[in-house]
Amino acid sequence: MKPYMKFGLVIGIVIATLAWLAVGGVNETKTYYKTVAELQQMGDRAQGKRLRVGGDVVKGSIQRSGKEVSFHLVQQDGAAKGQLLKVTYTGSDPLPDTFRDDAQALADGHLNADGSFNANKIQAKCASKYEAKPGQIKPGTEPTNITSKPSRS
Amino acid sequence: MENVGALSLLLAFCVAIFALFSSIVGAWRKNLFLVAAAQRSVYLVWALITTASGLLLYGLIEGDFRLQYVASHSNKAMPLLYKITAWWGGQEGSLLFWSWILSCYGAVVVFTNRKQFKTIMPWVIGVIMFTQIFFLILNNFVVPPFQLWAIGRGIITLPDGQGLNPLLQTPSMAIHPPMLYLGYVGFIVPFAFAIASLITKQPGDEWIHTTRRWTLVTWLFQTIGITLGMGWAYYVLGWGGYWAWDPVENASVLPWITATAFLHSVMMQEKRGMMKVWNMVLVSATFFLCIFGTMLTRSGLVQSVHAFGISSIGNYFATFLAIGIAATVWLILDRLEFLKSESHLESVVSRESGFLFNNLVLLASCFAVLWGTLFPVISEAVTGEKISVDAPFFNKVNIPIGLFLLFLTGAGPLIAWRRSSPDSLRRNFMWPTIAMFVLMAVLFGAGIRNEYALLSFGLCLFVTATIASEFIKGAIAIAHKESMNVVRATIELTYRNTRRYGGYLVHMGVVVMFVGFTGAAFNKDLIVEASMGKSFNIGRYELKITDIKDGDEENYAWMKAKIDVLVDGQKIDTMEPERRIYKASRQPTSHVDIRRRLNEDLFLNFAAMATQGQGAVIQAYVFPLVSWIWVGFWVVLIGTIICLIPSKIKYSYARTEVVGTTTTNVSKGSHAKT
Repeated sequence: MKPYMKFGLVIGIVIATLAWLAVGGVNETKTYYKTVAELQQMGDRAQGKRLRVGGDVVKGSIQRSGKEVSFHLVQQDGAAKGQLLKVTYTGSDPLPDTFRDDAQALADGHLNADGSFNANKIQAKCASKYEAKPGQIKPGTEPTNITSKPSRS
Repeated sequence: MENVGALSLLLAFCVAIFALFSSIVGAWRKNLFLVAAAQRSVYLVWALITTASGLLLYGLIEGDFRLQYVASHSNKAMPLLYKITAWWGGQEGSLLFWSWILSCYGAVVVFTNRKQFKTIMPWVIGVIMFTQIFFLILNNFVVPPFQLWAIGRGIITLPDGQGLNPLLQTPSMAIHPPMLYLGYVGFIVPFAFAIASLITKQPGDEWIHTTRRWTLVTWLFQTIGITLGMGWAYYVLGWGGYWAWDPVENASVLPWITATAFLHSVMMQEKRGMMKVWNMVLVSATFFLCIFGTMLTRSGLVQSVHAFGISSIGNYFATFLAIGIAATVWLILDRLEFLKSESHLESVVSRESGFLFNNLVLLASCFAVLWGTLFPVISEAVTGEKISVDAPFFNKVNIPIGLFLLFLTGAGPLIAWRRSSPDSLRRNFMWPTIAMFVLMAVLFGAGIRNEYALLSFGLCLFVTATIASEFIKGAIAIAHKESMNVVRATIELTYRNTRRYGGYLVHMGVVVMFVGFTGAAFNKDLIVEASMGKSFNIGRYELKITDIKDGDEENYAWMKAKIDVLVDGQKIDTMEPERRIYKASRQPTSHVDIRRRLNEDLFLNFAAMATQGQGAVIQAYVFPLVSWIWVGFWVVLIGTIICLIPSKIKYSYARTEVVGTTTTNVSKGSHAKT
């Protein structure tokens, strides 16, 4: 049974290495998905975590000053409907075209100590009902989880 | 017309149920009449689904906007190709397409095997029909493609349709889904044969020999489909990359990984009669991952925060998967004694162990990708918080796995079966290893400090050297014996054992692709907000914006920048990235301009109009070596086709190949291969 022992050892090493890499990878990149209301519920626990907050852009709240863009996200449904979150976008990518009043947006970033949100990435979708189908993507943004790619498969 | 379509789908559903039962009862009672009836029914199911599909296509082409599906995926202005593409451009149509391909495969399997495998064929039909019934349930009762507007909406017809999503209106997107579907659906054939041989307690590996070509062909389709998807993401989405590890991509690559593992580990079973249970598990896992992938892309399971149109379709898939997996697991456990291994591992340094590690890391990669994709779902179930992981997680795990696989690609085929002597190891690997370290030292000297990139380039050379040495050794031997020139001898050599040398070629293609992937370590990107006349630098290029225009077409409005590309002050090219906003859907699309060269691509994207003034936001990227990926893909394609050509010498080669093994397979000596 000696070869089997050796195999077991090598397999163990391979798996352990990969598990170690995986755990490291998760800790590095994990992002919490929250709605505006859920973020408010988190309170202090939200500090220092990478967050992705989803909500609707409040009409007329988008303000640009130089490279910074600030706006308000509002909770659209549920018990806490109407809760607001002030978001400041400081990323370098141009904002997606779909980012406008009433759009559904995902802000990726951190919560500041004063309760406002600092985003370095914005993803957005039109709230239009007619387009509310799976599989529409805005080019120019990274096709990450916000939108499924147009039905590819 | 829509009634005829819906009716034929309903009939297909009934006939499929009949086929399932008459096939199983026929096998049970040994009633040949029932079995024959089941076979005919398979053809009938195909004919009925084809009729329904034909009618839907007719509706799409003719623009029958009374139908919801047609109105939301086709319009009058689209060219014919994209009207056809609309068949698989949306939920209802694409599931019908799935069904149709499945029925095609069913009909082909029945037709090609009707005279042989009398005992297992009824069960093969049973498995295929069971799956067919599931998809027909979806087609008939969950997402019917022949819905009219009138139902509850008060609209009878529309003047014009929405049109296909503009992003899908490119040639590669027209063929990408069919390829992927052919690959996904096709895996049902090996799976059905495996299950049928388990049910009937077939001795031996007949199912593997029968389905080897099927496996290879469907694997090829998956490979083509995935690569087309990468190419599409690269030049259509305009975000500057070909792989983002998003759930849809992951769903397509999962079954491909297990299929690749399966292609390798069946060789163990053929040569040494080992890993029989494992192969059963792999072929089943691949099939269920294909179904799972379809579910993932169709149900909005993962993009839950942004799942538009969450449909109940996921539950149907989950039920099907649960039943299928439970039945398969039970069957495998119940038949364990028929799957006993005929020989044992003897040494860590052997071909067997190469395959074993190949399988281990492929499966680890599959697991990691699956885990990462489902992380939001799992974390929500466990902790109540939805947590997602990003591309860096997938890269962190998969890059080392990829490099280890690359190493095995070179080392595995040159290690002997059972055990290898240190002497033969030295003979085979000394020069490739030296070449590898020399290259790494040179690259290090040239200033490359990224460890993974160094290792990857080194290993690429290592594998190339081992493959080349195999070809050269073989070709010289033949050239001597048959007094041919070396080129003819190489062709002769390949022809004598297509499976082995075709396989080497596939490996070579993978190496070329790895060179392309490694280039990503040196990507450069830049975003500038620039107005006319401004210039900026990226890499060795100086880019100068000479013109910014906008305009209006019938279908879309556009903005375009004209950019001169200069190297050392010399103008070498003019590029015109463009951005279009389609009027019907109000959807913007990028028409990136890519200057493709073997050493590097220059990639320009018109990202947006500048927020202030008359400028444009231009994203510029330099992607070193990216073209190697597409070149490598062609090599893989050619290699796989060579594998599919029957070898000139089948029997003698197999025997010389496995000197020293004593299993029954070998005395049968039927299949020569690596």
